[in-house]
Amino acid sequence: MNAPALQTPARRLKTDVAIIGGGIVGASAALALRQLGHRVVLLERDLCGSRSSGVNYGGVRRQGRLPVQLPLAQRAHPIWARLPELIGTDGEYRRSGHFKIARSESDMAALEAYADLSRDFDLGLQLLSADQVRAQCGPWLGGAAVGGSLCPEDGQANPRLVSPAFARAAARAGAQVLERHAVHEVVHDGALFHLRAGDGLQVQAPVLLNCAGAWAGALAAQFGEPVPLVSNHPAMAVTEPLPAFLPWSLGVEGGGIYCRQVPSGQLVLGGGQAEPVSADALHTRVAAPTLGTLMQQAIDLLPELRHAQLIRTWSGTEGNLPDRQPVLGPSATTPGLFHGFGFCGAGFQIGPAVGEVLAELVHSGRSSTPIEAFAITRFPSPAAVQTPLPGAHR
Amino acid sequence: MSAPLTDPKLPPVVVGAGPAGVRAVQALVAHGLRPVWVDEAPRGGGQIYRQPPPGFTRPAKALYGFEAGRAQALHATLAALLPQVDHRPDTLVWHALPAAPGQPQAGTLSLLHGPAQQQHSLPFGQLLLATGATDRVLPMPGWTLPGVFSLGGAQVALKSQACAIGQRVVFIGTGPLLYLVAWQYMKAGVQVAAVLDNARLADQVAALPDLALQPVVLAKGAWFVAQLAAAGVPVHRGARALRLLPDEAGERLQAVVWTDGVREHTLACDGAALGHGLRSETQLADLLGCAFEWQPLHRAWLPRRDEAGRASARGVYLAGDGAGILGADAAEWAGERAALAMLADRGIAVDAGRVRWLQARLARSTRFRQGLERAFPLPPDWAAQVPDETVICRCEHLTAGELRRVAQDTGAAELSRLKALSRLGMGRCQGRMCGAAAAELLAQATHQPVERVGRLRAQAPVKPIPLLALPVAAAESGPAEAHTAAAGGQA
Repeated sequence: MNAPALQTPARRLKTDVAIIGGGIVGASAALALRQLGHRVVLLERDLCGSRSSGVNYGGVRRQGRLPVQLPLAQRAHPIWARLPELIGTDGEYRRSGHFKIARSESDMAALEAYADLSRDFDLGLQLLSADQVRAQCGPWLGGAAVGGSLCPEDGQANPRLVSPAFARAAARAGAQVLERHAVHEVVHDGALFHLRAGDGLQVQAPVLLNCAGAWAGALAAQFGEPVPLVSNHPAMAVTEPLPAFLPWSLGVEGGGIYCRQVPSGQLVLGGGQAEPVSADALHTRVAAPTLGTLMQQAIDLLPELRHAQLIRTWSGTEGNLPDRQPVLGPSATTPGLFHGFGFCGAGFQIGPAVGEVLAELVHSGRSSTPIEAFAITRFPSPAAVQTPLPGAHR
Repeated sequence: MSAPLTDPKLPPVVVGAGPAGVRAVQALVAHGLRPVWVDEAPRGGGQIYRQPPPGFTRPAKALYGFEAGRAQALHATLAALLPQVDHRPDTLVWHALPAAPGQPQAGTLSLLHGPAQQQHSLPFGQLLLATGATDRVLPMPGWTLPGVFSLGGAQVALKSQACAIGQRVVFIGTGPLLYLVAWQYMKAGVQVAAVLDNARLADQVAALPDLALQPVVLAKGAWFVAQLAAAGVPVHRGARALRLLPDEAGERLQAVVWTDGVREHTLACDGAALGHGLRSETQLADLLGCAFEWQPLHRAWLPRRDEAGRASARGVYLAGDGAGILGADAAEWAGERAALAMLADRGIAVDAGRVRWLQARLARSTRFRQGLERAFPLPPDWAAQVPDETVICRCEHLTAGELRRVAQDTGAAELSRLKALSRLGMGRCQGRMCGAAAAELLAQATHQPVERVGRLRAQAPVKPIPLLALPVAAAESGPAEAHTAAAGGQA
């Protein structure tokens, strides 16, 4: 495999589709668009997958999603199995199972209710009793569980590998993937988008994909579609290598903590919120008390962790929306503009399917997967729709 | 630089009790302040003047050689200061956060104290980081064998525990510390098999004009070399250790293979100490948001500071080898200089003449350091020559070949990206040991100057800490909030 040319900018580019944001959504859209024969320029402010897609927990999970997202999740599911042929790496993707633990009867009832709710989607959920949990996971977890719900075909992957690999695959397929190119200005002249980016680059395209994650709100607002997008910084931590004990990616009904064990033996843990330490939220840190709460939850869940060592913490920046659903679909104000952002910390698994959907929308004007629930028009912005901001349409 | 004074009610905080920390605290106390003084070691002194545990009886002259007087003076100063400060020995600063804008304090340190692993949170208005340095190691095949130590590690074993790393020890690498530690081992009765110095005599001769700025230091260095030679220790300049060989069982160091540039030699040994100079411990400055810049003299990204030691982050000051390697004497001057800046920034009058004197000494130290760089250059072809099978990142067992392959296959041209794609520096040491060598390797593999590959960013904890030791938030989040947070990350 040769190194793709990620950084060979021409100063003026004309293309069919410009994409802002090199996370898993923008990069998989770029790849899917190339497969449909469109010319693509992807602009990424930093390195592809450096904010949310590349530093998240790495859960590849359908279980627990509301039915409105399950068609996308089901579309993504077989894509994950094809990662080696699609992006040249398996990204440490394993269908290890995703287990949601119930620590009370009411938690168990909630898991049973979800199993009913999602029955049409064939997730293969298995409701386990406390004895069955003990039999499958041993003493590490047994004491904490009154039962739980296992989705055997859900699993986990290494986001640091997967998300950049989508960008490299797009580049190999012929997309121009330009890292370290922040977009400073976007103007629409009625037919074409004109982008001005770092390093003196100018890009012209009739189609623009807004895949800028937590920073996508400004672009949407510029085109008269403000959304209540807020930044979210999940607190993540990893332990030293431990003997293999946890077969599943583990979530807890009712929330709080989630963890998985990677092949090297390290346990990846998440829960709570980190803090941005720069005004632009490009850098985040997990504060000590947040970490303490997370570690206490970890010890409560897995008491044998008490003497394990914590070796690193980190976070990223995700875009959250109040109804915890993304914005995905065409702009209601501007022809040629499509949004794909605001995945509320749950975009990793569905990302590759979202990329395909965006490519379909560009290619044929419609998505073969239902996305009506994610329309940007669900957020009221009537005034803006009728009178676009000055400069937005020239 | 920064606007340092934030909350005069908070005492200044000094992290580190080496030469920089001692002189800083001394200056703060002399001006009527009672600083909080945090040090990771149970007894202060830092690395070069490290004190053995109580009850160890090797005399100062044997431990510190020429520096015995300086060491004893520093220890005496330190002991006299302890009643006048809020002393926190045996305390790891494992996390640091800058305060949000508008907060009166500048930031918060997270401390882990003693064997009981007590947690403390320490807000500060002014903070001096005198965090010191560790070895810069350029790996070679076999360097992970038992019996192989970093140069500083070998010195710590001797000074702190009166243990030698072997009975027949070879010293490999470059830098003035190479000769000092070899001499200390010799004085302790250990057979020094050889000193294999990468630098050539010609390098050292060319550096003489700059080195002559500190003639006493230069003379001491020459004296160590002469003493080693007089004792029959082979000192080879322009030598290059190629690999370290295990015994038949493959379990322990048995020999070093080295070249003088013409032919290869095999030298029996059961201990080896490796070092190519030092690297600054900059994690806390990074966590506090200090701006970093490339420093060609130190061949490293270091926190930016003004000539007084002010960092770019509010209320943060830097001194000693943790801010750039200038050695123990310069650390004393820089520590005092930074303390005078802290005082001045509090509105306390300081002696302007003393400030000028310290800055003149520090300027000379920088020129001296330039001489040292010329005398003991890093082997320029290390990255090109290091064999593929050499382990670079010990924690994750990554070899030079794997790192080269990842760089080639993925186009990773920055250290942080190489980390993400290869797991470099993701183990217990968090890149503190492997980062410098990996940067050289990546630069060579991608045909860039080393500064272009960037740096690994620090993340807490600075060193591994037990899960049980972590502080729990005072206000627990309610169930609804917890649920939201969990959903937020659980992609």
